[in-house]
Amino acid sequence: MNKIKKEELAVAALKNGTVIDHIPTELLFKVVDLLGIKNLKNSVTIGFNLDSKKCGKKGIIKIADVFFHEDTLNRIALVAPNVKINIIRDYEVVDKHTVSLPDDIYGMVKCSNPKCITNNEPMKTHFHVINKENIILKCHYCERAVGKDNIILK
Amino acid sequence: MSKHIDLKVEQKKQNNGKTLIMNNASLVSISDFSKEDILSLLEDARCFEENPNRDLLAGKVVATLFFEPSTRTRLSFETAVNRLGGRIIGFSDANTTSSSKGETLHDTIMMVSNYADLIIMRHHLEGAARYASEFSPVPIINAGDGANQHPSQTMLDLYSIYKTQGKLDDLTITMVGDLKYGRTVHSLLMAMYYFHPKFNFVACDELRMPDEYKAFCDKHGIEYHEYHEFSEDVINSTDILYMTRVQRERFTDIMEYERVKNLYTLKNSMLCGSKENLRVLHPLPRVNEISYDVDNNPKAYYFQQARNGLYARQAIICKVLGIKVK
Ligand SMILES: [Zn+2]
Repeated sequence: MNKIKKEELAVAALKNGTVIDHIPTELLFKVVDLLGIKNLKNSVTIGFNLDSKKCGKKGIIKIADVFFHEDTLNRIALVAPNVKINIIRDYEVVDKHTVSLPDDIYGMVKCSNPKCITNNEPMKTHFHVINKENIILKCHYCERAVGKDNIILK
Repeated sequence: MSKHIDLKVEQKKQNNGKTLIMNNASLVSISDFSKEDILSLLEDARCFEENPNRDLLAGKVVATLFFEPSTRTRLSFETAVNRLGGRIIGFSDANTTSSSKGETLHDTIMMVSNYADLIIMRHHLEGAARYASEFSPVPIINAGDGANQHPSQTMLDLYSIYKTQGKLDDLTITMVGDLKYGRTVHSLLMAMYYFHPKFNFVACDELRMPDEYKAFCDKHGIEYHEYHEFSEDVINSTDILYMTRVQRERFTDIMEYERVKNLYTLKNSMLCGSKENLRVLHPLPRVNEISYDVDNNPKAYYFQQARNGLYARQAIICKVLGIKVK
């Protein structure tokens, strides 16, 4: 078996499903939370602190038999905009793509304003992405803006 | 955490009033209105000033839900409804309602919408009116949501400016006092965007105009100057002098409050060299930022300004209900 094959096997081969690669290692578990992987019944392989040519140490998540909706995958862009998504069917990569922030984010981010209605009613939050490059969101309700470093995930 | 203010205007441009139609014509924020909306509301307000007693709301029930008390605003809205021949239900204090028993805003609005054709609401939580407008079967008018929006105040300010100057375009507006927390100055600044204004911001360091509003001016080519000193030079170039209350609780340093509290007080003598058309506005209540000796100056306009709130609110109520005035 050659070297490349061995490395791939280290994180288990996938017959069908989704691979999320090039996750900055410190953000791996945030991405795991974001996709609600804890609640899945499918088999999931999580690689942590793997060597990466691009970014030093990386994380990887392989989820068997799950093909996420694009909107769900795009949530990842909120914390890790440079991840790579591979869709696997019958051991082959049939689709490769990146993630990008949607214009609107529902139910995922908590408003940092304690006087916001969303923190006081049983309701979904709604943020407008007002700057995709620097990741600035604005609460649809209280109209406060929040920058990348202050985003609180639900 | 800061307020981002650019999006509203840009969204508005794209939507071209779509928000209004979608949300049952609710009025949540002044930026829900286009320039044309504002101009037609001013015209309607003028009609109501000529004759405020019109039976345009005959047979209609209006709910005024004041989850947070505000006597001034509530009386103004309720007078507007009464003079239009409508009937009023509601409460003036959340302690008297089921929300004090833990009922959600959602459930209160749904319950009241069974009875009323329009809901006018004030709430201490920011975004409450926007949220209500999303599910309410009847239109919502925001009568203030925390530190966020208070669009009927802005409409009455615009009407007062329009009435005293005969126009809204190309005016020099000087804002004095608390420019940091004062939502009325922020909303007025946003609404004047359509009318090519020039601004002077007069405030101490602790209460100066927030950067995002200055960035808004920069982006849209609106000229502004900032001053620490409330000088006659500034007053003499002004068409509208918009005074605001400097509140002790806004200061982290009480010594600083004691130092500045009298620096931003308007005295009658300061108006000697001012322009003939200058008018002094203030959202009221005042504390000591306008001396009582200004009250008799014909340029003092703050009491009439409050009365204009009645006409502006009559115009807003008719607009959200789709009732033609005249
Ligand atoms: Zn919020």
